[in-house]
Amino acid sequence: MTAVDMEVRDGVDRDTIETVQAMSGSYKYGWATDIEMDYAPKGLSEDIVRLISQKNNEPEWMLDWRLAAYRRWVQMEEPRWAMLHYPEIDYQDQYYYAKPKSMAVKPKSLDEVDPKLLATYEKLGIPLKEQMLLAGVEAPEGERKVAVDAVFDSVSVGTTFKAELKKAGVIFCAISEAIREYPDLVKQYLGSVVPQSDNFFATLNSAVFSDGSFVYIPKGTRCPMELSTYFRINAENTGQFERTLIIADEGSYVSYLEGCTAPKRDTHQLHAAVVEIVILKDAEVKYSTVQNWYPGDENGKGGIYNFVTKRADCRGANAKVMWTQVETGSAITWKYPSCILRGDNSQGEFYSIAIANNAQQADTGTKMVHLGKNTKSRIVSKGISAGRAQNTYRGLVSMHPRATNSRNYTQCDSLLIGDKCGAHTVPYIEVKNNSSRVEHEATTSKVDEDQLFYCRSRGMDEEEAVALVVNGFCKEVLQALPMEFAMEAQSLVAISLEGSVG
Amino acid sequence: MTMQQAKADALAARLATGQPGQGGWLGAAQAAALARLRGMGLPGKRDEYWRYTDPTSLNAPDAPSAALFDSRGEAPPFSGLDRLRLVFVDGIFDQAQSDDPVLEGIEIERLGSAALNPSHWAAGLYGTLETRGQTPVERPFAALNTAQATEGVLIRVTGRPSKPVSLIYLHKSERSDAILHHFVKIESGAELTLLENGPAAARLSKVLEVEVADTGRFHHIRTQGRDHERRAVSHIFARIGAGALFKSFTLTANGRLTRNEAVLELAGADAVAHIAGASVGDGDFHHDDTVFVTHAAERCESRQVYKKVLKNGAVGVFQGKILVKQGAQKTDGYQISQSLLLDEDSQFLAKPELEIYADDVKCSHGSTSGAIDDTALYYLRSRGVPLKQAQSLLVLAFLAEAIAEIEDEAIAEDIRARLEAWLHRHEH
Repeated sequence: MTAVDMEVRDGVDRDTIETVQAMSGSYKYGWATDIEMDYAPKGLSEDIVRLISQKNNEPEWMLDWRLAAYRRWVQMEEPRWAMLHYPEIDYQDQYYYAKPKSMAVKPKSLDEVDPKLLATYEKLGIPLKEQMLLAGVEAPEGERKVAVDAVFDSVSVGTTFKAELKKAGVIFCAISEAIREYPDLVKQYLGSVVPQSDNFFATLNSAVFSDGSFVYIPKGTRCPMELSTYFRINAENTGQFERTLIIADEGSYVSYLEGCTAPKRDTHQLHAAVVEIVILKDAEVKYSTVQNWYPGDENGKGGIYNFVTKRADCRGANAKVMWTQVETGSAITWKYPSCILRGDNSQGEFYSIAIANNAQQADTGTKMVHLGKNTKSRIVSKGISAGRAQNTYRGLVSMHPRATNSRNYTQCDSLLIGDKCGAHTVPYIEVKNNSSRVEHEATTSKVDEDQLFYCRSRGMDEEEAVALVVNGFCKEVLQALPMEFAMEAQSLVAISLEGSVG
Repeated sequence: MTMQQAKADALAARLATGQPGQGGWLGAAQAAALARLRGMGLPGKRDEYWRYTDPTSLNAPDAPSAALFDSRGEAPPFSGLDRLRLVFVDGIFDQAQSDDPVLEGIEIERLGSAALNPSHWAAGLYGTLETRGQTPVERPFAALNTAQATEGVLIRVTGRPSKPVSLIYLHKSERSDAILHHFVKIESGAELTLLENGPAAARLSKVLEVEVADTGRFHHIRTQGRDHERRAVSHIFARIGAGALFKSFTLTANGRLTRNEAVLELAGADAVAHIAGASVGDGDFHHDDTVFVTHAAERCESRQVYKKVLKNGAVGVFQGKILVKQGAQKTDGYQISQSLLLDEDSQFLAKPELEIYADDVKCSHGSTSGAIDDTALYYLRSRGVPLKQAQSLLVLAFLAEAIAEIEDEAIAEDIRARLEAWLHRHEH
């Protein structure tokens, strides 16, 4: 390691500790931006679906697609199999569309974007001004850049580095724009991984999604920078329903980051997103999420209900996908990023940290569906429960008869902090051929007293010690994240657990 | 038709075949069970708890016929042991073939005759453990059993009987539909070994309720008979008191359909429960082990060890759960489920669950599935061991951890010999 590197690292570590200390058990992103909004009327009906489509200037086929989804949705029942307890959601008591007034005429470049919106993202630490870097880590010219698509309530406010990406042939834009500009690509792939009628929440999303990101990486292209979407829910009583579609053509590579925050509100807010990833022959996609929606207060008042369907389809041989998620926010998390390993030799990986504190409830995991020969998957899940929280790992590993010589390794570890919380593991293992090997291991334990004692004897206070031990417990997953994200995640782990000790 | 309606209809059809009316405490237990059952109906294919096993043939009003199995003079399990034998033929007690049920430290009575005695010790107990076992997961076939059973034994153990009690289930009629319900009560400090063997009937429904009082000890070893076409649904409901021990081992070989449910509650501190199963299947056979262990007290230990060897399309299912209640600190829970798939056609379906509400616990589970390890096979062959023998050796080694749960070495040896013979017969 060079001296310069050292300095940066030191700085960040110090920063992490200072941040932890500065926060007194509070949610860092809980402020709201006072901005004039344009709402669709409350409630959900075919008219609202039509309105959303019209607001986005969508072609007829898109509206038909949405309406088909809506008609399915009204006949579906909300799933209740997850270990989540929450009062009935009134789907008519939500706004399905909210757009900052200043976005009525779409700005042509970031310079034209309402300064209030830019300030919001700046305050969140998300630099929309090009050439700025994530996490405030100043680095010399030519270092890694991250292109950002920022989604504010129902609309994308801007995408950075578009020109530079275009040079490489990469398309990175709001999905509303892609529907208009690249209808053939969208038509071909939208709903091909997560069909309209996939599940209750995905179907709802198909009907009312307002915006999200679209990525296309052409054949043989290594995306020149990391792509990132930052989701911010700002308006009250508004659901966010974004849809992300990523297509990695043959032999391409992209690393994609996703972050989310929301203001503190007393009422629960609904978030039902869909992420679809299509990975063709020899292509690779890394998808990293730091989910930090407002979790509600210590008594479970307020917070985001997060119902997300994420799925990657490895369509070609040697395709590769890696999901990494750090789930610290939301009052309710219902999320199972999945891998369909269709192509021979394709690979899926899932690394997850799920932290539930206070009254949070998380039911999250993955599905690895092995269809092709010699397919490989790996699951590393770390669940941490504190306060009165319930944290469930739910996963499926399925080896189909034709998926010969395939391999899965699953490790699910749970850590309990305090005697009022719960940690649960619900894996499904289905093996239908004998040349494949499946291994599943799970453990549940509490924070090791000896490790805590050691840290305390070195002068750390109890919260710092717990944060350090928990970071150690999560190390395998943190290492799978891109560097800036890993640092963010590390400090988030500490903050999320504040107030859980003693 | 809604799912709930389908379940109620299935139940109505099942009950149409006749409901034996009983008086006294047994009649009251039956009526209560029937009321429970009406609240749940019979399971459907879409029930989460029946995700991997189709209950259709268990729901059917009449037992599907099952050809008798010719064991070709082979000695039945436990033949060499000194034991008190109680024989049931197609689910009916056969006094002529049974031993006189008299043994020091133990009371044995037939369910039907005990029911006539209003002050019998089982009067307030019979069916209570089954009732407790209905939450949080419904077990309709257990309630159906309690609602209909008139045959079974009630065993109360007050000392340490000199030999095991052996329940032998003979299958003589191709269309027999047997319902057996036993209750075993181990008093404080008492100890019993209970053996069960045989296919029992074309279709068997069996409930075994076991109450182990503080410091009592209960050992259970059963083999379920090799009749290829038999179907069986069995339940063990056990409540284990402070410092008590419960150990159960089941060997399942073939059988068209076997669903073994075990519901164990560690109710007193320092209780120990071990439950294990070895199953071997060659052909159109379906074995399902569904286990639910509840830790309700401090410092208890539980182990679930399940091993399945499958070939020619045999399907092995394991649904296991460890539930640690709030306050059950210092729990040590362990669960392992493994399958060895000997060819391309077999399947292993598992759902090993943990649900934990206490922080100072040590719980782990593991589940693996795969073929015989080529490296190990190569090693044995390089040492001059013929292929078939090498495979058998490795399969036995794979099953060893489950058999190790049997404390009595003579019984363990008997089980081992049976597995070895099975492997020998099913080499091709």
